Amino acid sequence: MSQAKRSRKLHAPVSDAVFDACNILFMLLLIVVTLYPFVNMFALSFNDANDSIRGSIYIWPREWTWRNYEYIFNEAYIFFATFISAARTIVGTIISVFCTAMLAYAISRPDYLLRKFVTIAFIFTMYFSGGLIPNYLLIKELGMLNSFWVYIIPGIIGVFNMIVIRSFIEGLPDGIMESARIDGAGEFTTFMRIVLPLTVPALATVSLFVAVYQWNSWFDVFLYNSSKIELSTLQYELMKVLSTSTTTTSSGGTAADAFANAQGNVTMVTPTSIRATMTIIASLPIIVVYPFLQKYFVQGMTLGGVKG
Amino acid sequence: MEKPAIHHAASVAAPSRLLIYFKKLSKQKMLMLMSLPFLAWLFLFKYVPLWGWTIAFQKFRPAKKLFDQAWVGLDNFRTLFQEEAFYLVLRNTLVMSTINLVLGFGTAIVLALLLNELRHIVFKRTVQTISYLPHFISWVVAANIVQTTLAPEGIVNVLLLKLHLIDQPVLWLGRGEYFWGILGMTEVWKNVGWNTIIYLAAITTIDPSQYEAAQIDGASRLQRIWHITLPGIKPVIVILLIMNLGHILESGFEPQYLLGNSMTVDYSENLDIFVLKYGMQMNNYGLATAAGMFKTVVSFIFLIAANHIAKRLGQSRLY
Repeated sequence: MSQAKRSRKLHAPVSDAVFDACNILFMLLLIVVTLYPFVNMFALSFNDANDSIRGSIYIWPREWTWRNYEYIFNEAYIFFATFISAARTIVGTIISVFCTAMLAYAISRPDYLLRKFVTIAFIFTMYFSGGLIPNYLLIKELGMLNSFWVYIIPGIIGVFNMIVIRSFIEGLPDGIMESARIDGAGEFTTFMRIVLPLTVPALATVSLFVAVYQWNSWFDVFLYNSSKIELSTLQYELMKVLSTSTTTTSSGGTAADAFANAQGNVTMVTPTSIRATMTIIASLPIIVVYPFLQKYFVQGMTLGGVKG
Repeated sequence: MEKPAIHHAASVAAPSRLLIYFKKLSKQKMLMLMSLPFLAWLFLFKYVPLWGWTIAFQKFRPAKKLFDQAWVGLDNFRTLFQEEAFYLVLRNTLVMSTINLVLGFGTAIVLALLLNELRHIVFKRTVQTISYLPHFISWVVAANIVQTTLAPEGIVNVLLLKLHLIDQPVLWLGRGEYFWGILGMTEVWKNVGWNTIIYLAAITTIDPSQYEAAQIDGASRLQRIWHITLPGIKPVIVILLIMNLGHILESGFEPQYLLGNSMTVDYSENLDIFVLKYGMQMNNYGLATAAGMFKTVVSFIFLIAANHIAKRLGQSRLY
C-alpha cells in the first residue's frame, strides 16, 4: 500500500507543479481583466469630474467626491428612470415567474391531455420569430406603445425558463403529488401549497434570469417608448449618454460641455463622469445579487443545457 | 326487431373515443385554466406576428390601414437580393458569427479545462463567481466599458504606449477593420465564464478512476487533460457546436449596435441592424420584413439541419 503511495507521489513530476503555478497565474490574470473595468468605473464615478479629464485614473479616485452621484440623483429624469427600471424588474419578475411556473406545472402533469400540444406549441416558437417589424406593428395595433405594460406582457413566458422549471418539477418524487391528490387537493392547490415550495431552486434560477433581463433592457424602451420620457429606464438613459459620447473623438469635448463652460458655470460633471456613475448604478444591483444565487443558476443551466 | 336492439345496445356500451376524450378533459378544467390563457398569449404574441410576414410582399405604407396595402409580390425580395448593402451585411453577419463561435468555444473549453485543474476549492469558486460577472451586466454597460477601455486615454492605449508598441493612441473604435476583433474579444470577455458552466458540468460525469489509472502510468497534467478530460466532454462539445451552427445568422444585435458607428458601419452592420435601419428609420417596412423573414427561414433550415445531424451522430436531439 505504502509502496504504491510513495510511487504515486514520485509520479507528481515537476511539470505538474509548473502547470499548477501557471494555471494559478492565469486565473489571477483572468480576475484582473474581468474586474479592472468595474474598479475603473468605480474610481471614475467617485473622482472629481474635471480631475478625471487629466487622465490616469485607474483603480482609485484621486480626488474623492460624491458630486457625480449627487448630480445624477438630482436629475429628475434619471431618478425616474431608476424607479421605472426597479418597477419593471420587480413586477415583471414576480408575474413572469409565477405564470411560467404555473404553466410548467400544468405541462408536467403526465395525465394532462393537452400536455403535448401545449409543449410543442411553445417550443416551436424557439425556431420562429415574427421579426422586428411584425412585432412592432402588433404592439402598435394593441395600443401598447408608450405604456409600462409593454415591458411585461410580451415577455411573460420564457420558453427556456418554462423548460427549466418543468424539468425540475418532473424530478420531484411522484408520491408527493399523489398523496396531495388523495387528500383531495385540486391541481391549483397542489401547485401552490406543495409544488411551489419544493421548486424554489428552479424558481430562484428563473427569477434571476428574468430580473436580469428586465433590469438590463433598453431596446424595448428604444423601440416602443422612446417618446415617453416618464417610462424611460436606467439602461436606456445610459445608452443615450453612450451614443452621444461616441460621436466625439475625445473624452471631454462634447458640444454640451463647451456650452456649459461658455455659460461661465464651473462644470461639476462631465460626460465621462456621468457615464461612469450611471454604469455603477446600473450594474451594482446585479453585482450584489448574483453571487448569492450562483448555486441555483449553475444547477439550472446544467439542467436546461444538458437537456439540449 | 332484433337489429335495432343490438344497435342500441352497441351504441350505449361503446361511446365514441372522442366523447371519452372530452369527458376526461372536462375533469382537467383546472389544468386548462392554468395553461390555456398562456396558449392564447402565445398565439397572440408569437404566432400572429408570423402573419405579419405578408408585409414582405407588400409596398407597405404605415399611414394606410393593414388591409389597404398594395401587393407587390416578390418585388421586395428582388430589391433585397440586388441590394449591395444586403450582401455586405450578410458577410458581416456570417463573419461575426463565425468569429464568435470559434473564439467562444475555444476560450470556454480551455477555461473549463483549466478551472477543473484547480485544486484549491475556495480559489476555484472565487474565480468562477468573478468570471460570471460580465455575463450579468447589460450590453449597455459592457459597451460603456469597452468605450472607456479603448478610448485614447484608456488603459489599452496607455499600456501600449508605455510598452513602446505604438507611438500615439490608436482610435480603436474608429477603424472598421478592427471592429470584428474588438467584437470577438468583447463577446469572450462577457461570456466565457458563463459558457464554462455546461462544460464543467460535463466534466463531472467523467469517471475519476481513469485519472487515477493515468496518474499511476505517469501521465502529466497536460496529458491527462488531452487524453481523458477532452475526449470525455467531446459529446457535449459536438452537440453545442452543432446547435450553435444552427444560429449562425444570429450574430447578435446589441454589441454591434452599441459599439458600431458611422466609421465602422461597413463592418459592424449585420442583418438585425439592417432590418432596424430599413424598417424603423427608413420606414421601408416591406423590405425590412423581407430581410427578417429571410433570416428566420434560413435560420430555421439551419436549425433543422443541425438537429438532424446531431441525431444522426447518435446524440440526443433538442427536446
